[in-house]
Order: sequence, then C-alpha cells, then structure tokens
Amino acid sequence: MARRVVVTGIGILSSIGRNLPETLESVLRSRSGIGKLRYLNSPHQNEFPFAEVPFPNTALTELAQLSDSEGYSRNALLGLIAATEALQHARLHELPPLRTGLLSATTVGGMDTCERYYNDFLTNDSKNIYIDVYDCADSTEKIADHLSIRDYITTLSTACSSAANAILLGARLIRSGRLDRAVAGGTEALTSFHINGFNSLKILDKVPCRPFDVNRNGITLGEGAAYLILETEEAAHAGDRPIFAELSGFGNACEAFHQTASAPDGKGAYLAMERALKLNGTKPSEIDYINAHGTGTDNNDLAEGAAIERLFGEKIPLVSSTKPFTGHMTSAAGSAEAVLSILCLIHRMVLPNLNLETPMPELKFKPVTELIRDVDVNLVMSNSFGFGGNDTSLIFKKYNR
Amino acid sequence: MIRVPAYINGIGLISPQQTADPSLFLPEVMEYTTDFLTSVDPNYKAFIDPLAARRMSRLIKMGITAAKIALQDATPKPHEGDFLPSLASGSEATREGLGVGLDAIITGTGLGSVEDTEKILGRMTAGEQLMNPTPFIQSTYNTISSQIAIILQCHNYNSTYVHRSFSFESALQDALLQFEEGAAATALIGGIDEMTENHLKITRRAGHWKMGPVNNLNLLSYQTPGALAGEGSAYFLMASQITSTTYASLLDVQTIYKPEESLPMDEVITRFLSDNGLSPDQVDAVILGYNGDIRYDFLYDRLGSGIFREAQQVWYKHLCGEYYTSTGFALWLGANILKHQVIPVAVRFNNLNADRLQHILVYNQDRNINHSLLLLSRK
Amino acid sequence: MEDLIEKLKKEVIEQLNLEDISAEDIDADSPLFGEGLGLDSIDALELIVLLEKNYGLKIEDPKDGKKIFHSIRTMADYITEYQRA
Repeated sequence: MARRVVVTGIGILSSIGRNLPETLESVLRSRSGIGKLRYLNSPHQNEFPFAEVPFPNTALTELAQLSDSEGYSRNALLGLIAATEALQHARLHELPPLRTGLLSATTVGGMDTCERYYNDFLTNDSKNIYIDVYDCADSTEKIADHLSIRDYITTLSTACSSAANAILLGARLIRSGRLDRAVAGGTEALTSFHINGFNSLKILDKVPCRPFDVNRNGITLGEGAAYLILETEEAAHAGDRPIFAELSGFGNACEAFHQTASAPDGKGAYLAMERALKLNGTKPSEIDYINAHGTGTDNNDLAEGAAIERLFGEKIPLVSSTKPFTGHMTSAAGSAEAVLSILCLIHRMVLPNLNLETPMPELKFKPVTELIRDVDVNLVMSNSFGFGGNDTSLIFKKYNR
Repeated sequence: MIRVPAYINGIGLISPQQTADPSLFLPEVMEYTTDFLTSVDPNYKAFIDPLAARRMSRLIKMGITAAKIALQDATPKPHEGDFLPSLASGSEATREGLGVGLDAIITGTGLGSVEDTEKILGRMTAGEQLMNPTPFIQSTYNTISSQIAIILQCHNYNSTYVHRSFSFESALQDALLQFEEGAAATALIGGIDEMTENHLKITRRAGHWKMGPVNNLNLLSYQTPGALAGEGSAYFLMASQITSTTYASLLDVQTIYKPEESLPMDEVITRFLSDNGLSPDQVDAVILGYNGDIRYDFLYDRLGSGIFREAQQVWYKHLCGEYYTSTGFALWLGANILKHQVIPVAVRFNNLNADRLQHILVYNQDRNINHSLLLLSRK
Repeated sequence: MEDLIEKLKKEVIEQLNLEDISAEDIDADSPLFGEGLGLDSIDALELIVLLEKNYGLKIEDPKDGKKIFHSIRTMADYITEYQRA
C-alpha cells in the first residue's frame, strides 16, 4: 500500500498577493490581478493586459530578504519568496531534518535577465555573472541553497503543466520511500521573450481572458511562483502541525496531436484526468469541483470541456478556471492553481470563473460564475495542460486521519 | 538496493564520433582540433519525412532520429547486424511497430534548442517587432519529448528534465521509478544537448571552456582551466524484460548536489554501491567524466588512485566533449562495453585488464556542484 | 498576377522551409492546407508573418487566414486587392 502524501505548507506569490493570506483575501473579494504592465518593458504593453506581480525587482529582493540581488533573475526571486513561505508555513525549519527534495519547474528560467543583457553577453564582459543565470536550473539551485535542501533536487519543464508535474514527481518520490518531504512547484517571470512568442501564436486576448466564454479570444499572461510542502503522513505528524490536504490522485498523459493544439476531443486531457482518478480508485462522481486549465483559447476550452463531459458523463462537478484571477502563470500555473484548489478544500468554497458572460454553446455544463461559500468540498481536481500536449491532472482531498 | 530490473534494449546515439549505427562499436576514433565538438549528422531525411522536418531545428532532428534508432535497435532482427534506416515517416514508424506499447517518453536536456533561442534573442536585440512562431515553439524544452510522442502516437507518460548535469540522470531516475511502480514496462529515455558557435562565445566569458581550439585526443595534456565543449543526442529503449537485443541492466542512478566536505565522494560512492549490494572492488570498470578542466579533474584522480585503483578506468569526453547530458554518451559506452565484453583502446584511461566485465560505474561531476553516479551490470 | 504567383510560391517555400519542394511542384489553385500540401495552423501563422514582412499587410485574427491562405492564387488575389488600398 503506497504511503499517503499530504500537504503541510503552502507558498504563493502572484498578481493577486504576496503570500497565501493576501491570495485568499483577493479571491474572497473576486479581485483579479490582471491589468497593465508596469515594470517589464515590452512593445506590447499597451496592446494586451497582463497579470504582473506588482513589485519591481528591488521590492522582490526585500521580500526575499536578500541584502543584494546581484546575480538573481526575477524568476529566481519569485521562486525564492514562494518556496520560503511554503517551508516556513510547514515550520520545517523548526523540525529535525528528514530526507527532503526540491522539485521546481520553469520554462523561461532566467530569460528575464538574459534578454536584458544579451547584447552584453555578445560584446563585453560586464554582465558575465548573469550568463549562467539564464538556464532553468539556476532558480532551482538558488532556492536549494537558500533553503539548505541537498538530498534531491531537479528541475522540470513541460510548458504549462510543469509545476503540476513537479508536484506529481514529489508525490511519487515520497510514495516510493526515496523522500520523506518535498518542496514542489514552479516559478515563471514575465519576459519579452515569451510575450513575443505567445503573440506570434496569436493567442493573447486584448481584454482580460474569458475562459469558457463563447467570445473568448486567448490567454492573459501572468507570472509568479507557488510551492507545496508534501510529506508522508508520518513525517507530517511531527511537530503538531496542521495538514491542509491529501494529494490523493495524479495522472500524466500526452496529447500527441500537435505541437500547440489539443485534439478536439481532448484525448490527452481525458487520459490525464482518468489516470488521476484511477490512482486511488476515486469515482468521477466523488469529485466536487474541477479547477480547470481553462486558458481562454478557442482550442483548450473546447477540448478540455469535451473531455470533462466525456469523463464525468451525467454528473459533472462544479467547474471554473481561476486564470481570470491570476492570469496564465505558465510554468507556475500548475502549483498556483493547486494552491487555489486547496484553499477551496480548507475554506469550503468554490472559486468563480470570472469574465464569463455567455457560456460556450458547445458544452452542456456552465462554469461557476459567483463565489460559492459554506459548501462541502471534499475532492478537488486541478488540471494543467501544456503546449506539446503534456497533460497533467492532480486530485486534492480533504485530509482525514 | 536491488530494485525492479531495468534493461537497456536499444540505443540511438548521435555524437561527434561515428556512433549512429548501433551495430558498430567505435570502429574508428575521430580526431579534431577545434573550439567545440559537433555531432556527425546522419542523413536525417532517411529518418524524418522532409515535410514533417520543415520546422525542426537541428536539435529536434537529432532527438527524433536518435529515438527512432533506439527503437529500431530494440526490435529483434531477423539477421544480426541488419540496420534499416528507412524510418522516414511517423506512419512508417508505427507500421513497423516501433513505439507500440511504449509506456513513457522522458527527455533530459540542459539547454534545449539553443539555435532557436538564439534566433529569437538575436531578433529581439536587433529591435525586430515581427516574430515567427516556429522558433518560439521549438525553443520550449519539452518539444523534443512531445514531437517524439506525436510521431509515435504515444499517449502515455511524458516529461522533460532541465537541470544542467542532472537532466539526463533525472530522466533515468524517473524511468527507474516507473518500472518500480509497475507503471511502465518500456520507456524511451533521452539525453540531448547542442552547442553553437554563438553559445560557445558567450559561455566562454563565463569560464566554462578552453580559450582556443584544442585537440580532443590530447585533451588532458593542456592542464588549463576550462573544458572542451561538445554535444550529442542519446536515446535508450529500456524495459523490464530481457530480450535478444539487451545490452545491459541499469541498476541505479544517484545525483548528488554540492556534496559536503564531511562526506567525500569516495564515501558517497561506497555507500551507493553498498545500497546495491556491491563494494568498490566489485566495480570492474569505472567510466570517469574527465573533461580537461584542471580545476576539477583532480576529483577523478582521487578516486582513480583511491577506491578504484584496481579498476579498469575509462574516460569519454575526449570523444564527445563536455555538455550537460554527456552521461548519455557514457551510458552508451558502458552498455556497449558490457555487451561486447571489451574496452576499446581509445577510451582506456589506465592499463589494467579486468578479468571480467560484470559491473560498471559511471561517475561524472560538473564544476564540483552536480555529481552523478550510474550503475550498470551485465544482463 | 502570374509574376506575383511565381514570387509567392518561392516565398512560401522559403518561409515554411519546404526543402524538398520547388515552385513547379505547387499548383496555384491547389489547397495549401488539409489535403494538398498538408500545412497546419503554425504554417498559417508563418504565412501571416510573411504577408506582413514582405507585403505590409497585417492580419489580426488567424481565423481570417483560412480564406486568404486557401491557395497561392487566393493569397495573390488578397495581396493585389489590399495593396491597392
């Protein structure tokens, strides 16, 4: 019988809050973080809305409690802040150490500094300290050093499902007995590089994203970082600490259809969700709420919606996408939305799918448009589907001893 | 800890040596005097339909081709030594049964497609506003695993690891975990990285490389800081069953981040071996990641004159250069040594002759930060 | 118009990196997408870039591309019509 994996700490930094309490406050007030770009210089800053973390790097340096951020990308700063919050939330620093791993996800890595200094890299030695900051591993190693995690570290990149796969890997390492604890999640800073990239795909909406709306026209890019502390039940019982949720299911599948599009029937999404349910024999009817990937593109929402209907049949759970709150946090979306899903479990609520005016006619179900409170939420499914067809689904359960 | 066996049943390796034909084991050694080693490209058109390849940069072609070679290598052949490079399209691949029933595709890459990333950065730096979608899509690290899955129509587990010199190791560890969980019976695992002139120029500023061209076969004679950069694409078809194509068994993989001074590497290695029921004197050959960087090569010297002084010592980076997923080349080398029961002269580091070649350990370290161990045994 | 068609064929081959195809292989009226050449949505986006870069014509919504990029001839028609404007 595989060991149960529980969540004992949460850290999150995004356009809707510096930390978990601020994030909760924002969602309770239906306050979205989408607006104008303030700190990143992009030729598209007046063309599209974004969900930027409302702090320049100098303020992030302070939040990260660093005296000096020389050699730190914005990506690393975001990750450091959220991972530190998670660790402290779980009070791991007060407990005797157990085998702990760091599984972090990013795709853009330190590109925020690389794109700024690329010309220097080519022509002079003034920015050499940032050359090795560019890759995906840099932020992970900085977090590992800061939090003194040595037992196991690695970095994953599967586009928009990256952080969900980091959580999935953390759970597998714990279940197998290789680790007792894992800090798992992802970080992604906005960069001109990927704003231009998504724009070249013509999938950025000129207004805040409208998942599952008939008039939806693309994504709203966001940024931030989020991490969960995963532990075995036994390790979690040390130190008289609360357990926030159990990670009771996870599934990974590949769409294998096209590099940027999902198959219309959402085969990859279907398989990921089905595998997550099958892991512990959860019945579809037991899921109370799905935090959908729901990006606001024509393609995703149709494919994901079709997959949900096919899998859940007559009894479709409550569904919403929280991307109108946080924007699409790309490599951090999987863990940020896991956090929001867990907040729903803890606070007995279901978050609304903002910006939804006219539901898509192709789908039978209608996403939730108002915050629902005082409702029994025992099982939440959180979906993250990435470019390249990397589809992952996580299931969080209210923890019962 | 003896876990569920994982057998290496097929290998595809594209490297700066003549390695693309899996029926040959280093028939000759290629010598270069160069700033960085570049892979010998096979005829990609024989493996990938030109229309499908239209938007693939070189890295993607290297990955897909090595993956297809590995799958074909793992297919029992009517006659030993057959090599059929007629895998020009996805439908052919699935028609030949390649990839059918494949449970996982996992790739490790430290840098992804450098060429595509540079294309975009170059245009941005030149102030261009109009961007093409193709390089952006190809610059995402997971595109390799994803495009392999599309060609093979594999809907099963798919992931990508991007942690410098842990990238390939992490992919292998994920695979071993899959076998242990019973979640997979076959897995296609790859390690791939490329080097470009531009990237070399930039990373030279960061002190990674020799400052000028070097001769690869005399790599250790320079005694200067910096390594010789290289590249390669290595894909392995691994399975829980031995077949007629099995090279060797992969027993275990460990990654060690910033090992403490209090626990020196020889102790870490001794513990790793003991977890697998072995002691250092049972390691018949040790493959070491010497790369010519005088600042760090002493770490290998220590082991070579210490716990592995009785072992046949082997090195490989003079053949493939230094890159984040170079242990892919080392794994190919170890698997072939065990299969053929011979250590080619070109890779011998010392002159001991092992009576038997049963257990091989690969040890690599990157600037004394990322250390990794791979343990292989004869099937 | 025929000159433009020939020019477009070469530009499409270059933009989409259709290495093994020459201008003679492309029929001006054959569908570019689906059957015919078998191009996909990313190729359509690349053609949008081509139109803007080489002809100064901007297509905001990729859905409009379907009609314009049906064949080389429809592309030539579109360019001829809108460049005049």
